[in-house]
Amino acid sequence: MKTIFDRPPREGVGGLFPEPDVPTRDLEDLIDRTLLRVDSPRIPNLSEPTVARHYTALSKLNYGVDDGLYPLGSCTMKHNPKVNEDLSRLPGLTGVHPHADAGLAQGTLALLYELSELLGGIAGLPGVSLQPVAGAHGELTGMFLFKRYFEGRAEPARRRILLPDSAHGTNPASAAVAGFSVTEIPSNDAGMVDLAALDAALDETVAGIMLTVPNTLGIFEEGILEVTGKVHAAGGLCYFDGANLNAFLGRARPGDMGADVFHFNLHKTLSTPHGGGGPGSGPIAVSDALVDFLPVPSIERDDGRYVLGWDRPRSIGSVHSFYGNVLVAVKAYAYLLQLGDEGLRAVSEDAVLNANYLQERLKRTYVLPYDRLCKHEFVLSGKGLAEGISTLDVAKRLIDYGLHPPTIYFPLIVREALMIEPTETEGKEDLDRFVDAMERIAAEARERPELLREAPHRAPVRRLDQTRAARDPVLTYPFDERAEG
Amino acid sequence: MGYPAEYRYTKDHEWVAVEGNRARIGITDHAQSELGDIVFVELPSIGSSVKAGEILATVESVKAVGDVLAPFDGTVVEVNGDLETSPETINQSVHDAGWIAVVEVDDPAAVGALLDAAGYESFLAEG
Amino acid sequence: MRYLPHSAADRREMLAAIGLSSVDELFADIPRAVSEAFRLLGLSPRSEQEVVAELTGLAARNRAPEKICFAGGGIYDHYVPSLVGHVLSRSEFYTAYTPYQPEVSQGTLTAMFEFQTLVCELTGMDAANASLYDGATALAEAVLMAERVRSRGRVAVARSLFANVRRVLDTYCWASGIEVVEVPHLPSGRCDLSDVPEDVSAVVLQSPNAFGVIESLEGVKDRIGDALLVVSVHPISLGVLAPPGEFGTDAVVGEGQPLGLPMSFGGPLLGLFATRKEHLRQMPGRVSGRTVDAEGKTGYTMAAQTREQHIRRERATSNICTNSALCALAATAYVASVGADGLRRVAELNVEKAHYLADRIAGIDGFDFPFSGPFFNEFVVRVPGDANDLHRELLEAGYLVESPDSLRVYGVENGLRVAVTERRTRKELDRLVEALGGSR
Repeated sequence: MKTIFDRPPREGVGGLFPEPDVPTRDLEDLIDRTLLRVDSPRIPNLSEPTVARHYTALSKLNYGVDDGLYPLGSCTMKHNPKVNEDLSRLPGLTGVHPHADAGLAQGTLALLYELSELLGGIAGLPGVSLQPVAGAHGELTGMFLFKRYFEGRAEPARRRILLPDSAHGTNPASAAVAGFSVTEIPSNDAGMVDLAALDAALDETVAGIMLTVPNTLGIFEEGILEVTGKVHAAGGLCYFDGANLNAFLGRARPGDMGADVFHFNLHKTLSTPHGGGGPGSGPIAVSDALVDFLPVPSIERDDGRYVLGWDRPRSIGSVHSFYGNVLVAVKAYAYLLQLGDEGLRAVSEDAVLNANYLQERLKRTYVLPYDRLCKHEFVLSGKGLAEGISTLDVAKRLIDYGLHPPTIYFPLIVREALMIEPTETEGKEDLDRFVDAMERIAAEARERPELLREAPHRAPVRRLDQTRAARDPVLTYPFDERAEG
Repeated sequence: MGYPAEYRYTKDHEWVAVEGNRARIGITDHAQSELGDIVFVELPSIGSSVKAGEILATVESVKAVGDVLAPFDGTVVEVNGDLETSPETINQSVHDAGWIAVVEVDDPAAVGALLDAAGYESFLAEG
Repeated sequence: MRYLPHSAADRREMLAAIGLSSVDELFADIPRAVSEAFRLLGLSPRSEQEVVAELTGLAARNRAPEKICFAGGGIYDHYVPSLVGHVLSRSEFYTAYTPYQPEVSQGTLTAMFEFQTLVCELTGMDAANASLYDGATALAEAVLMAERVRSRGRVAVARSLFANVRRVLDTYCWASGIEVVEVPHLPSGRCDLSDVPEDVSAVVLQSPNAFGVIESLEGVKDRIGDALLVVSVHPISLGVLAPPGEFGTDAVVGEGQPLGLPMSFGGPLLGLFATRKEHLRQMPGRVSGRTVDAEGKTGYTMAAQTREQHIRRERATSNICTNSALCALAATAYVASVGADGLRRVAELNVEKAHYLADRIAGIDGFDFPFSGPFFNEFVVRVPGDANDLHRELLEAGYLVESPDSLRVYGVENGLRVAVTERRTRKELDRLVEALGGSR
């Protein structure tokens, strides 16, 4: 695939900006020449038709939710409502400078405030911050809150975070960035936190636990109240990773399960688009114990007017340049308004129904390590399909069927894992098509394994050489070589 | 692939070839096969001291990172610089040219406590 | 509910296939105490039409867009070519996931590769990642990287960083146990590098800085021992200013919003991060790398993933997962639309217009410029009378300028920071001068 650097350039294109209407002077008269650039950056000048065609062509090499099922576990790749895209482009929302006085941004502030109220209600927790712009960012902010909490209580020994061995990689990474060490708690045979192991790990060096509910196996922690109860009794706090909120929207609240911090992934549960990797939004909701430490500025309502609140002396400070990903918040707010209470409940019902339907049908052909009703996602194993065939091969072959593969090799506690989350926006026809493809692939694994091993055959590129990319990283266009198509 | 009879082995999948009071260390065939194509090796510095169980080096493949743990206390006296440009040597010649570091052992008796080839192979069979 | 495809018959069939009779049975695993504690939001569903009306009404309550924007501080009112929005609207881009399956993500991965390349071209560095959240967290990540490399436990930071960026940096440093030592500025507005604290992991500068003043990086790297030199930049300024990479800078970070993103009351933004080859393994964030497929065709895939959280977990270079990918695509489309010549043109327009305005303001009695250093498109003026009053008057006259409070933290009393972009016409500039009390 060509890059813009491979496209034939022309001389300066012009036509975008008007001629200077102020007297022009030599740049060197205004800025000392030692500060000025000598060489031009090697960025081509291209006409609009060239650029338009280039990005149109690139887009066609991609697969998005609008193309079909995207059953990535714990990613909740649900449909991205079109109206939200339009609303986030309203000039009244996009044309506001973040340093504008609060009085000039009452519309946005009202929206952010109301969204915070709704998120607090969904979480069942009193304090909310919209500043974190990703789930991992929310996790980090939560860890900062833990740190400040224990500082305030003069408990510096509390430096350990417990997490289950099924935890998503960002959990231990976030804890580590915040200066905590991590201790893994094994899952029991039912895929849940081993309570005895938890008891053994709890002591006065534990700051808290990070849990995903339901966990990454799609299993709801039945002993959740016991788990959080034990951690609290030992003087620790409970962080809940909200990536899997789609499993119980409209039915349960993390605050009622013992959470002290809960992060939302607006780009998962609340339908905002994933964008090829972002921008997301990871607001946090916190319990009373942590409200005083929330980032500044907060969004407050004072006698019908919305203001930025800076008076929070024990705040951890700020984790974002401004107030979080505002335009992403706009989309989530619009989504919530459309759903209402009944819509939230309908979402989790269909999400869990879809997952269980797939699980029931696929367990006949694939190994299901935890054979029980799941929530919104479940994990299969690609083991035992055929000699020399791995989950990776199954995933690549799905591409030939026009479907995006599920998450593979995660969670780590299941070998050759395939983590599948259909979401509620998949119809039965698409679900059946997925089952059909998976069954055919299982048969191919036995009868014509080379089809899997050499897959994909029908994608814009064949299987890519990961080793070469990792061994000799080429991360920028090699201008000094001849460009190759 | 067989495991050289004259080497010792650890349950963390390292092999040890004794050379007097020095030990040449690498990862076993099992380890390299689990990791896949090796793309990068982080070597220790010569002269650094290590304690048993601590990370001596790390070996990275495309999808995973393997910690090479020091099987005993000692001092690093040699490292395999070739691995910096050709990390794939570990995949190609895992028990030979793919050695990672040579450590001067504080207590030579510690080496004897490691598994022999037969012991390592039965350990693998259990897992 | 518009986004649920099932019919009642579908649901019945599926429940039957699972062997259940009601959907509630699927939620029996939620502890009774938790289900009973559940409370509704008290929110009734609204139709799409109603939601459009409601949010349109909210947008209309924002009066900032009616004002002529002279606010800066890292976020600027630049002109965005129409093409950018059209590229972002392609659903294959915006509804796509992170490119973990590269064979069906070549669009995203190719654009990431282009983005990394143009960030390196602008900054003069060897390698860039595919974006971080914003300029502030990008700076924090650079400092954390420097600390990983040097382990001194302290960093020297110019006082002249944007206050909001500094606040984020302070938070991250507090959490990591890194001491922040502030370096004051000279009367010129430039950072005083005559006596940089020793034994620090990094020396952090911003250029142009919070006063709009361009720092000189010449010889700085040689004077700071083995500390890493970290510089935060305004990407459009690099259309005319010398890239920090030419001066041995170890990490260049910045806020990429000026490259094709609206101001949006501060989000989403775009964190830029570029570094030298020797620090590549310590660089946080996702990168797209070139490779070939099984038939030898060029393709792109995520590279150096073992730095990242999904593999290294608590030993990752950063915890970042979701970044600002679509914003990076916007920046790429913006730069592709303007080209090197266009970028130079935009930068020149910014310089010319800002200097024109500054010259005209200099001619008004009572206004002076506290900082003598060279500037790009932003500068500080001290005003006669009460700056708060003037700020309010300007607002009423239709001009948006940052509050004087933004400069108080630097000890600048009664000052206003003014930013001028290519969007400001001469007429607007002349009228602002009038509003400030100048003649026509």
